[in-house]
Amino acid sequence: MSETDLPGAGERFIRGILPENPVFRQLLGMCPVLAVTAGVATALTMSAAVLFVLVGSNLTVSLLRRQLVPHLRILVYTLLIAVYVTIADIVLKAHLPDLSRALGPYIPLIIVNCIIIGRAEVVASKQRPWPAFTDAVGQTLGFTLALVLLASVREILGAGKWLGFQVLPDAFPKWGIMLLPPGAFISLGILIAIVVWSSQRQARKAREAQLAATVTPEVA
Amino acid sequence: MDTLMTLLTIVVATAVVNNFVFTYFLGICSYLGVSKRVDMAVGMGLAVTFVMAIAGLLTWLLNNLFLSEHGLLGYDLTFVKYIVFIFVIAGAVQLVEMYIRKFHPPLYKAFGIFLPLITTNCAILGACLLVDLQTDRFSYVAQGMMGLAKAVVYNVAAGLGYTLAIVLMASIREEIEFADIPRPLQGAGITLLIAAILAMAFQGFAGMAG
Repeated sequence: MSETDLPGAGERFIRGILPENPVFRQLLGMCPVLAVTAGVATALTMSAAVLFVLVGSNLTVSLLRRQLVPHLRILVYTLLIAVYVTIADIVLKAHLPDLSRALGPYIPLIIVNCIIIGRAEVVASKQRPWPAFTDAVGQTLGFTLALVLLASVREILGAGKWLGFQVLPDAFPKWGIMLLPPGAFISLGILIAIVVWSSQRQARKAREAQLAATVTPEVA
Repeated sequence: MDTLMTLLTIVVATAVVNNFVFTYFLGICSYLGVSKRVDMAVGMGLAVTFVMAIAGLLTWLLNNLFLSEHGLLGYDLTFVKYIVFIFVIAGAVQLVEMYIRKFHPPLYKAFGIFLPLITTNCAILGACLLVDLQTDRFSYVAQGMMGLAKAVVYNVAAGLGYTLAIVLMASIREEIEFADIPRPLQGAGITLLIAAILAMAFQGFAGMAG
């Protein structure tokens, strides 16, 4: 496939947010999605780290794409990602020590996050730096959307707060289970079901509209 | 006897009480993907346990003997440890694959495609990182060579816990294969809800065995 057949920069950006949302549509990178969403603050920190690593790895892979040897490419991606993750981890430890401790092993675990290797393979190794960059930003926005949505549900229902601010009155009984692992599984399962339901509905409506358009002239 | 009890406590605490899937959410991708049939789940679980034990041994040795400032080189090289860890895991997977293909062909057939997939299984890197984070439990400085034994036992137990979780899930999914699940929940949705119920059951162990 030549480079001109692939989606351009603008489309790459849009696709990442909803149509190809890494979490809801591609079901990639589930570990951090479940693990860091007990609060919105940790979710946002995780997203910032993923933004840095994904933009860095996509740009570097895209610049190196003509030099990549096919059978060594995965190794090169992994090493590049590990370098960026190390930088992100050291910066977080220095400037946000509390959040860095709260995130524990999940920042270094970005190295084996399938979203980042996936984007390097699908987009960055085939396209110029600019579409690779917009793709990284779009995918991270989609990832952030999923993380913040899940974290909001869990933090509001579990602690009555959003990003540390009180949103529900004290009279509301806190659902402690939402902050524990089962709450993460339930919330994500239901969110994915809602996304699948709405996309199935859209597909059905589009099919019906198409059917109506083809049938009407014959009836008339 | 004391040593044996300590190691047994680590096994129970890691495999059941702090199960990797249900409390740390590690290895979720393969947990959702390879849990359709019990025999595949067993293969994946054992392959993960096997690689985890080897990766745990190698990363502990490298981390404590060479990268730490108390190690043989005398320099603090911990800033390269993630790169070293991922290299060791990828290398270990390759070596294990070559060894099994040469000397145990039936086992190789049974593991099949799972071995190469394991490099990107976050449970392996996660176990090595968790060992690295809990310095007073596992490091050479705090524990001497006992730290190595504990770290390897921790890794094996983590792998067994993962095997337990994925086999449980596969058994349930085999049972519900013909159930009438609402269409939006089919696939990932229902798997996550089952995982939630299993996680609730595992919450019952919280606080046991230290």
